[in-house]
Amino acid sequence: MKYRWAVAATLGMASLATNAAESLTVVSWGGSYARASQLAVLEPFTAETGIEIRLEDYNGGLAQIRAQVETGRVHWDVVDLELPDMVRGCDEGLLELVDITNYPPAQDGTPAVNDYPPDTTTECGASMLFYATIYAYNRESFPAAKPETIEDFFDLAKFPGRRGMRRTPLGNLEFALLADGVPVGELYDTLDAPAGMERALRKLDAIKEQIVWWEAGAQPPQMLADQEVVMSTAYNGRIFNAQVLEKQPFVVVWDGQVLDSSGLGIVAGTKHLDAARQLLAFAARPDIQAALGKYISYSPARRSGTALVSTHLASGVDMAPHMPTSPENLHRVVHNNWEWWSDHVDDVNERFSAWLAR
Amino acid sequence: MLRPMNRLPGERAARLRAAALTLPLLAFIGVTFIAPLGTMLVRSVHDPLVADALPDTLALLREWAGLGIPEEAVFETAARELASARQARTLGQIATRINRVQGGLRSVLTRSARKLRGMEPDSWRDAMIGINPAWGEAATWRAIRRAGERFTPRHYLHALDLDRGLDGGIVAQPSELRIYLPLLGRTLAVSLGITALCLLLGYPIAYLIAQAPPQRASLLLLLVLVPFWTSLLVRTTSWIVLLQSQGVVNDLLVMLGLIGDEQRLAMIYNMTGTLVAMTHVLLPFMVLPLYSVMRSIPAQHMNAAASLGASFRQAFRRVYWPQTLPGVGAGSLLVFILAIGYYITPALVGGRTGQLISNMIAYHMQQSLNWGLAAALGGILLACVVGLYLLYDRLVGVDRMKLG
Repeated sequence: MKYRWAVAATLGMASLATNAAESLTVVSWGGSYARASQLAVLEPFTAETGIEIRLEDYNGGLAQIRAQVETGRVHWDVVDLELPDMVRGCDEGLLELVDITNYPPAQDGTPAVNDYPPDTTTECGASMLFYATIYAYNRESFPAAKPETIEDFFDLAKFPGRRGMRRTPLGNLEFALLADGVPVGELYDTLDAPAGMERALRKLDAIKEQIVWWEAGAQPPQMLADQEVVMSTAYNGRIFNAQVLEKQPFVVVWDGQVLDSSGLGIVAGTKHLDAARQLLAFAARPDIQAALGKYISYSPARRSGTALVSTHLASGVDMAPHMPTSPENLHRVVHNNWEWWSDHVDDVNERFSAWLAR
Repeated sequence: MLRPMNRLPGERAARLRAAALTLPLLAFIGVTFIAPLGTMLVRSVHDPLVADALPDTLALLREWAGLGIPEEAVFETAARELASARQARTLGQIATRINRVQGGLRSVLTRSARKLRGMEPDSWRDAMIGINPAWGEAATWRAIRRAGERFTPRHYLHALDLDRGLDGGIVAQPSELRIYLPLLGRTLAVSLGITALCLLLGYPIAYLIAQAPPQRASLLLLLVLVPFWTSLLVRTTSWIVLLQSQGVVNDLLVMLGLIGDEQRLAMIYNMTGTLVAMTHVLLPFMVLPLYSVMRSIPAQHMNAAASLGASFRQAFRRVYWPQTLPGVGAGSLLVFILAIGYYITPALVGGRTGQLISNMIAYHMQQSLNWGLAAALGGILLACVVGLYLLYDRLVGVDRMKLG
């Protein structure tokens, strides 16, 4: 009897030990994007390596990671980060260093380092995908003339009704200045001067009373579907999923959108560093990045991945017209200058919240 | 304080034993209240991060006049210390601190440190200015010097919308950059408004309960207590259900034909929402002290006044009201102090215009991670509450306050 107990206890402890070593807590952005990365990246990873994944949600930022690192109680292992946060987290020692020269090469043998576009790699990881903050409208709200440009978003006379915008100055200042006639190439120089900031806020003033502010990426499709707003800024992939999976009459306006990238980073002090590094290398494979395009319209970060994108798995829709890096969508695109933002985000946020409360 | 006269043997031991019984409480208060409060107040004036990382550069900068370009030695030392901060992976935090003194320096520091790696130039000054012309500006070095102050008033200055001018004197921010003082003013005004609303609503309720026969009084009291025991979030979200544009109140008004479908009232996600929800949440804190004071006022007092020929109004004003003042004071102070630091309710129902200073503190704690500024804002709020308490003590006397 005693012997049996001992065996059971030993087995139990052994299984606990393997579980502890072979499971990762991955934190992503929730909603249809988290589902897509689960299907395209995380489940294939578990199938290949046997490492279990626990998926959690967050709304971006470094605050939770910092709290975990500084208190020494790290329970997140891998986090899906916007690139500016990855750079900042890496500078501040909140993320583990990652050697991207070890990443798998492209199919034609191009080393990984040369396969990434400029400004998509850091010492703590690389981008996995490109996404765009576009604006979209509900076709039923505009039976006659349709909005076509970023100027139309700010034109209440031509297109009356409430607009959704993310509750942050990021991106919104760029939209406002574009609509006010600033060329794409001069956006951040304009914002550098105090008058530029004023100009952007004045432009936003024109529609302020009609703005409904959103915070989570899943909100804009919901607000558009409920016709609580007639148009809203949104992440392009969320709108795409509502279009093809829920047959919503949404239209994406590819004009003046802000292009960003995001990727995986490893929280400093994780107990599962090896498994986490395996996951990052797996997610850096061009075919895996392209596989994300079967579920949501976000472009692979690696150049060699772009050619591998084909059609949406559930609906068979050709993905090319919906991708944020497709040439036909790039006639007026803002490349998010995250270095400018990381320099000025504190000041601008204060100005923005003062403006918001006025 | 008891005077030590005619002390019996053994009394001292008994008193010590009694004092020992309060030790767990004192320890509890020390750990959960005094220590965090102290840490927070220290953090609002003490920031050693940059001072510890760039000690030699700062020592040299302290001798620099603050105008023109510093000497070569400063550049060389700065380059060395930035490189070792980069090695230790603390450069990001240092750059963030310096960037708060002057926006734009974050990338100057991180990018320069990246480029300086492995360089052995003849002139560090030329090399660094070559990498970024900001190194040739006195303002950059002044910002580093200020960020390197171990003890600094800058968080408090920031929280009071002040800044230091070129000569080190204190100047007010231009009006479009003033954020925290107007917000503090609004917070105080809103808290005062909520206190007044609570008093207006709570006084008659407490009076009704105090006058009711025992059976009915306990039922009425239960109606006050049940919401008091209900989760704050439940109460706040039920106001959303009631007040939103497609909510119960608006639906009712439209159904009754009082307003058109297009004219639905905006009662939530603005200041109205904050006022309504917070008044409801804080009402029991007004009713309960009022009730306990009113219950102790003998009914004969009013009857006596009436028998001497006073009208109800006169009797109320001159006999009843003065006797309830300790309850009014206690309830008002309680509600006001709770309101001034409230943050969940405004965050949920305040929308764009109904945010209070506590929401800004939460923002700096959780989003911008500027804990020094958050601590300074908290310190100012604490000073307001303490000031108010002292004022109350001076005017009314705290010993007259009655909580029940």
